[in-house]
Amino acid sequence: MKQKDETILEIHDLSVSFRMYDHGLEQTDLQVISDLYLTVYPGEIVAVAGSSGSGKSLLASAILGILPGNATVHGHLHYKGQELTQERQEQLRGTDIALVPQSVAFLDPLMKVGAQADGHRKPLPTDKRKSIFKRLGLPDKTEQLYPFQLSGGMARRALVSTALLTDAKLVIADEPTPGMSLEQALEALRMFREMADDGKAVILITHDLDLAFEFTDRVAVFYAGTTVETALASDFKKGPDALRHPYSQALWRALPQNGFQPVCGFQPYAGALPKGCLYAPRCPYKTAQCMDAVPPVREIRGGEVRCYYGA
Amino acid sequence: MRNLNRRTQVVILTAFMTIILIAVFSFGLLIPDDAVVGSFLSAKQPPSLAHPFGTDALGRDLFLRTLKGMAVSMTVGTAASMISAVIAVFVGIAAATGSKCVDALINWFIDVVMGVPHTILVILISFALGRGLKGLLVGIAATHWCSLARLIRGEVLQLRSQQYVAVSRKLGKSGGWILVHHLLPHLVPQFVVGLILLFPHAILHEASVSFLGFGLPPEQPAIGIILSESMRYIQTGMWWSAVLPGLTLVLIVLLVDKLGDNLRMIMDPYSAQD
Amino acid sequence: MKRTTRRLIHIFATYGIRIITLLLAVSVITFVLVSVSPIDPVRQYIMGLGTAVSPEQRTQIEEYWGVNEPLVERYVGWMSELVKGNMGESAIYRRPVADIIGERFVNSLALMLCAWVLSGVIGFFIGCVMGMYQDRLPDKILKKVCYIISSIPTFWLGLVFLLVFSVWLKWFPIGFSGPIGVLDKDITVWEKLHHLILPAFTLAFMSFANIALHTRQKLVDVLNSEYVLFARARGERKWTILRRHGLRNILLPALTLQFASFAELFGGSVMAENVFSYPGLGSAAAAAGLNSDVPLLLGVTLFSALFVAIGNMIANLLYGIIDPQIQEVGG
Repeated sequence: MKQKDETILEIHDLSVSFRMYDHGLEQTDLQVISDLYLTVYPGEIVAVAGSSGSGKSLLASAILGILPGNATVHGHLHYKGQELTQERQEQLRGTDIALVPQSVAFLDPLMKVGAQADGHRKPLPTDKRKSIFKRLGLPDKTEQLYPFQLSGGMARRALVSTALLTDAKLVIADEPTPGMSLEQALEALRMFREMADDGKAVILITHDLDLAFEFTDRVAVFYAGTTVETALASDFKKGPDALRHPYSQALWRALPQNGFQPVCGFQPYAGALPKGCLYAPRCPYKTAQCMDAVPPVREIRGGEVRCYYGA
Repeated sequence: MRNLNRRTQVVILTAFMTIILIAVFSFGLLIPDDAVVGSFLSAKQPPSLAHPFGTDALGRDLFLRTLKGMAVSMTVGTAASMISAVIAVFVGIAAATGSKCVDALINWFIDVVMGVPHTILVILISFALGRGLKGLLVGIAATHWCSLARLIRGEVLQLRSQQYVAVSRKLGKSGGWILVHHLLPHLVPQFVVGLILLFPHAILHEASVSFLGFGLPPEQPAIGIILSESMRYIQTGMWWSAVLPGLTLVLIVLLVDKLGDNLRMIMDPYSAQD
Repeated sequence: MKRTTRRLIHIFATYGIRIITLLLAVSVITFVLVSVSPIDPVRQYIMGLGTAVSPEQRTQIEEYWGVNEPLVERYVGWMSELVKGNMGESAIYRRPVADIIGERFVNSLALMLCAWVLSGVIGFFIGCVMGMYQDRLPDKILKKVCYIISSIPTFWLGLVFLLVFSVWLKWFPIGFSGPIGVLDKDITVWEKLHHLILPAFTLAFMSFANIALHTRQKLVDVLNSEYVLFARARGERKWTILRRHGLRNILLPALTLQFASFAELFGGSVMAENVFSYPGLGSAAAAAGLNSDVPLLLGVTLFSALFVAIGNMIANLLYGIIDPQIQEVGG
């Protein structure tokens, strides 16, 4: 499945920080993503999993170049081997890279859903849209409705349809399934699968670990704005021994079917990040080394891990 | 450090503006009446070193008249906006703390007052009080309290729903105690800023109404009257008598407006960031 | 369809009642205000006649005006005549107040309509420019300009315009709605327009700042919204976003604000009409106040309140009828 030579997206050492104004006029930089890495190959669905505040949605904005004006980005972003500059991002977004946003708030409240799905490009893909709406189980009258008239599930499906309508090589879907019924969610995921089988790639941002390893090829586990591990989805099915990072193992054990053990402690806030490994304060295996310096990324058994002791 | 600097800058600027305003005001007040008595020999002179704003048709020095007029306008403006602000506080608190019925009645009354164009209402009130200074003052005061009253009503409603106010009430404190200890401290800054921001409107209205002939008697050198006189000679090319006093008025209004903004920034740095 | 009709009837009935109670309140307040005035309207009326009046005639006039009756009776009398369409006779023009208002309102309406459209279009356009260039140079300059303009009194601006365009450049006449000495029916539309332009510009100039600043704020809110973020993610460029999402979402609030500002418009026209000697309702109001023409003053006040109330009603209805979200909730 993997073609090592050809990647769709390659990210390493990515960091994003926001300039904030404290107490009216004092200026501080708030680092929200640090040393993040992620590689996406054609033909695969990669899950980006992590709790809220781990920087998942910001990653999507960083790839598309739509971060707010007070954000600064450092690091390497490559699309099909070429560096993603602001200029290239502007060319690619909507045509080569498509986003499926999170909620109905991303739809213009005063524009009918059909027109919004069609988008601004001529000629309008009206016929294709009608068939996609049908497959997603959206009734014909949906195109005449305003966003506020949609149910949560209908809104998500309408948002998914916007990405399916493009010829994008890379789709970034930000929590696309909540609110849908099981069948609808499965249909949406099946459509993503078809895209991947066509040689495209899908990044599926989710906090739902079950979904992540059931329907994707690989899982990237995010924690406090960095990638702690990327593993094959099958590793997650095998259990904690196949996983490499203590946080991934803890997440696995926290699943209801695996014992429901909560992970102790809190994810650190941006602006109060520890000096060394970001997970060290909560890690049961931490040593002095972990507290001192950020561990490098190591490849182990076909996955990558940012831990001194991962095995 | 930068924070302090910005703040200090604003404070210094504000003090400077206050000094200018006070200087204009007191200078205007101190000009004796016989300083603006003119002679026909010096009538209709364009601006010169001796008469920076020129002279009017009766030969009176327009610079001195303008300053005197500004002082009069500022007095009326201050008094009217103070009365207005006090009305606003009482009405606003009454609406927020009174029964639903009182609140509805006050809101309806505000709708009625705002439903008549201000200029017309001031003309009416001025007529009711037999024109002159009293009519002008009451008229301007009566038309400017509405929006501040609504603001204060909203503020009080918001404060009343705060936890600490609820706790005080549970502890058996009286309504008056809560008013003095919890509400007023928050309302004082609102009041001061609201008052200063009312002031430019009051001056502009005073000038407008005097211009129409409803305000002060024609002997008084109010700015509106100077401009209304200038209109009679506008065809003869006496541009200075229309342009320069009006420009002074605009500058003073801008200065007061900026002063209000700065004060708001000093008292409440968060609300002042657009 | 039936539901829509019922809803419309309901809305109009509600607003009808609201406007009638408002006008009643205004009429009471106005009547009380003119009644407490120390200025004696009868004396003013007699002075206006310009001839000597015998004591008997004076009593007659007093009776006609009903000055010796109690306030409530006078109010009821005036009100019952008003309902019949009789607003009394103007003391300065010696004609029925209703006729004067009708005639002058046409003039004022022409002036206010021009200014209203002009200020709306200019203000909306400038607001869009400011919003699109938020916190950059064009925005900063235009914002300063707007703040300065809102500190300029209308009448002074009118004076300066008069000085520059009429006295110096001689592009426009000094005043009145037509050339002096020409009969009303002989004045051509062009002449009327020629006399209208300067006051209309003055009035428009004074009111566009408000709508511009408001539009700017709305556009900034829209541009910071998540749906515009998504539009950018889909490759829409700046001006496409303005066309597809910006205008759609800011036009209605701007239009609503324009309708809600009828009070300022009327107040401004009082000033502009007086500077330019334009024969509209505003100059009639000032003349009525200065010459103690009580019936005319009452009539103009009531009419201005009606005018403002209609503007507010349209503003409210606009929100209810065009915005699909409110339409749904209301239905």
